[in-house]
Amino acid sequence: MKSMLPALLFVVMIAAALSGCLGDAPDSGVVLQRGLPSDPESLDQHKARSTQAAEVLRDIGEGLVGYSATGALIPAAAERWDASEDGLTYTFHLRPEARWSNGEPLTAAHFVFGMRRLVTPATAAFYANLLDAVVNAPEIVAGSKPPESLGIEATDELTLVVRLARPTPYILRLFSHPSTFPLHPEFAAQHGDSFARPGNLLSNGAFVLDAWVPGSIIALRRNEHYWNNEKTALDGVNYHVAVQGAAELNRYRAGELHITSTVPPDNFADVRAQFGSELRIAPYLGIYYYGFNLAKPPFKDNPAVRQALSMAIDREALARQVVGWGESPAYSWVPPGVNNYEPTVFSFASLTQEERNRLARRLYKEAGYSEENPLRFELRYNTSDWHTKIAVAIQSMWSEVLGVEATLINEEFQVLLANMRDAEVTQVFRASWIGDYDDAHTFLSVLRAGSASNMPRYADDDFESLMQRAADQVDLNRRKLYLEEAERVMLADHPVIPLYFFVSKHLVRPEVRGWGDNVLDYHYSQHLSLSAAD
Amino acid sequence: MLRYTLLRVLGAIPTLLLVIALAFLMVHAAPGGPFDDERALPGDVAANIERAYHLDEALPKQFARYLSGLVRGDLGPSYRYRDYTVSELVSASFPLSMQLGALAMALAIAVGVSAGTFAALKQGSYLDRWVMAFSMTGISIPVFVFAPVLVLLFAVKLQWLPAGWSSTAGASRLVLPVITLALPQIAYIARLTRASMIDVLSRDFIRTARAQGLSTFTVVRLHALKPAMLPVLSYMGPAIAAILTGSVVVEEIFGIPGLGQFFVRGALNRDYTLVLGIVVFYATLIIFLNLIVDVLYGAIDPRVRHR
Repeated sequence: MKSMLPALLFVVMIAAALSGCLGDAPDSGVVLQRGLPSDPESLDQHKARSTQAAEVLRDIGEGLVGYSATGALIPAAAERWDASEDGLTYTFHLRPEARWSNGEPLTAAHFVFGMRRLVTPATAAFYANLLDAVVNAPEIVAGSKPPESLGIEATDELTLVVRLARPTPYILRLFSHPSTFPLHPEFAAQHGDSFARPGNLLSNGAFVLDAWVPGSIIALRRNEHYWNNEKTALDGVNYHVAVQGAAELNRYRAGELHITSTVPPDNFADVRAQFGSELRIAPYLGIYYYGFNLAKPPFKDNPAVRQALSMAIDREALARQVVGWGESPAYSWVPPGVNNYEPTVFSFASLTQEERNRLARRLYKEAGYSEENPLRFELRYNTSDWHTKIAVAIQSMWSEVLGVEATLINEEFQVLLANMRDAEVTQVFRASWIGDYDDAHTFLSVLRAGSASNMPRYADDDFESLMQRAADQVDLNRRKLYLEEAERVMLADHPVIPLYFFVSKHLVRPEVRGWGDNVLDYHYSQHLSLSAAD
Repeated sequence: MLRYTLLRVLGAIPTLLLVIALAFLMVHAAPGGPFDDERALPGDVAANIERAYHLDEALPKQFARYLSGLVRGDLGPSYRYRDYTVSELVSASFPLSMQLGALAMALAIAVGVSAGTFAALKQGSYLDRWVMAFSMTGISIPVFVFAPVLVLLFAVKLQWLPAGWSSTAGASRLVLPVITLALPQIAYIARLTRASMIDVLSRDFIRTARAQGLSTFTVVRLHALKPAMLPVLSYMGPAIAAILTGSVVVEEIFGIPGLGQFFVRGALNRDYTLVLGIVVFYATLIIFLNLIVDVLYGAIDPRVRHR
């Protein structure tokens, strides 16, 4: 018996280990399988932050307005709205048939409660400044006024009035953001801060949260009480957390996913050949750029050298050959396709690269640099093959055209962020910006003097006054012109080197219907359906 | 026996405290914080967030706060997965890592001991040389090299096994990760067993058993195995630690939602509480398992207890 003991223990150990191997329960109905690059930080709309959290939140909740599959702004919880002549008051009329997932009616007071919680300091919401244009919002966030003073009120069950401190034409688009989704007061009081858990979460969107296994899967199922439930084709949506693009691709290949969140940036031609029309690439509201640290030499007070460096880069070759996924080279700061805006481009955009190189060399020499006295600086970027590829290409372009000696330093992302924020050691750094909403303001406001995301530390009086004047305009056309002029002024100062505009990349199976490419990369599951197996 | 065990347990507590303190310092020394992002937070918003998560307090105060929570069994909220506490994340993901680790350990012992024993019995033969060559390879080649090779061969080319962690594949999704995790341990245990078995087989009492007419198999099973296992047993402590740390890499490669993956995410996200919680958990686990190994060793080898 004694000699059998080790063998027995062994068997028990194996059995215990294998017992967890039961497969997962099968889904019922038509369920869409989507990939997600990481877990949402939270499904509490005020504690969430990332784009993937927003993606899931847009499926379980609904704001006043939403977007169609092709990126057009459409009514959602609000069926219509009016704006006052001075652009300072918006009145939203909610749908009488809108319901929470427990069948209770959705009222304007729920929106007021949600938005007050957004700006309350104790909530520590990440997008608390989203509604800065609303009367008293900045003061409430700063703690100098109570949340009840927020300029949003429910004049009756179905009418919501929003008062703004300044005309903000893009404010409508902000009301599609999950931070502005409504919250049920009794429900929040009952569950406190842990209301965003499966079984607890009360939501007003097309789907409800069924299950959430961190690191693995977020399961949604149809919200029977949703006002538009008849139009929802899917019975459920499963978001599979796939942290690595390669793993996600393998699962797509194995038929486990209908939609991937991204495509690994390997050889574009190969992937295109392999997947054909399943590969969906569309312009995305984001820019990849190199920024200068304008607070320190050598780039402080040295616009000529900055311009030379910007001109010496062959953006066409970069976009086509180095990056090569259909991105477009960036000669402006605001991407094309933004609502009511025509981006200004660099003055040198129309020249050939030969001419740009010649001009760049002249500027470089005039700034006092030469072969004996080359410009030396450090280029910092966060560790990744993609960024390395681009940095190496640009380093060689600078070296060939100007004779610049750029040292490449790659850092872990958090380290790079800390360095950019401190602006002590950075000289040139890689950064990007994704737009929060479909308006030029989300890009141009980044470079305003007070912006925390103004990594180059750009500060220019002309730019500030133009931006201020644009903010005070009610007339959309006048505003557009002020913004375009502001961009022109900023570009001429060269605080940044725009390189290319992002594209969104997804693999979408042919049986998925209703997918629309749009510049915000919003793909609400309620617009999607699965046709019978082809 | 009891005194031996008790002394060991008491000695573990200062170790644990030291580990926690070091981890706390290291995690806060890394540049960046849990809420840094390219979309930087405006001043007031950032201040509100820091206040809510006590990041505006002095470090010693934060450490004291963490320790007092720890004593009550509260590992704190995750800074990144804000709907979950660290305890919940650990208990949700650890069973999977344990499953992986247990299977890998079982496989390592089964295959390693068998291979080592056969190599010792056939010392000098081709089988012996192959076993040793294989084990040298297993020890030398890093996990992140042969894991993708295994995936390429068995999952992509031959399509026998799933490539990643799929929810539909059942038990077959464990095969590659377990083999990957076990391989270095198989190699090491095979070598240990072989050396130890060769030594034991040359002892007098084995010659006596053989002279009594017992078959080789019986001799090994009844007489040689137990003393030959002693070095393997004392290797179990480091082996468990190796499997725990190795699981971090394997989980990353195969996309397994286990504790190792949360550890990596936590470090990259500067999720202080999650990283500290997992460090505390791993440290406690390793100390506890080492304690068991020590006790087992004492139980098997009476000479140790009475030293």
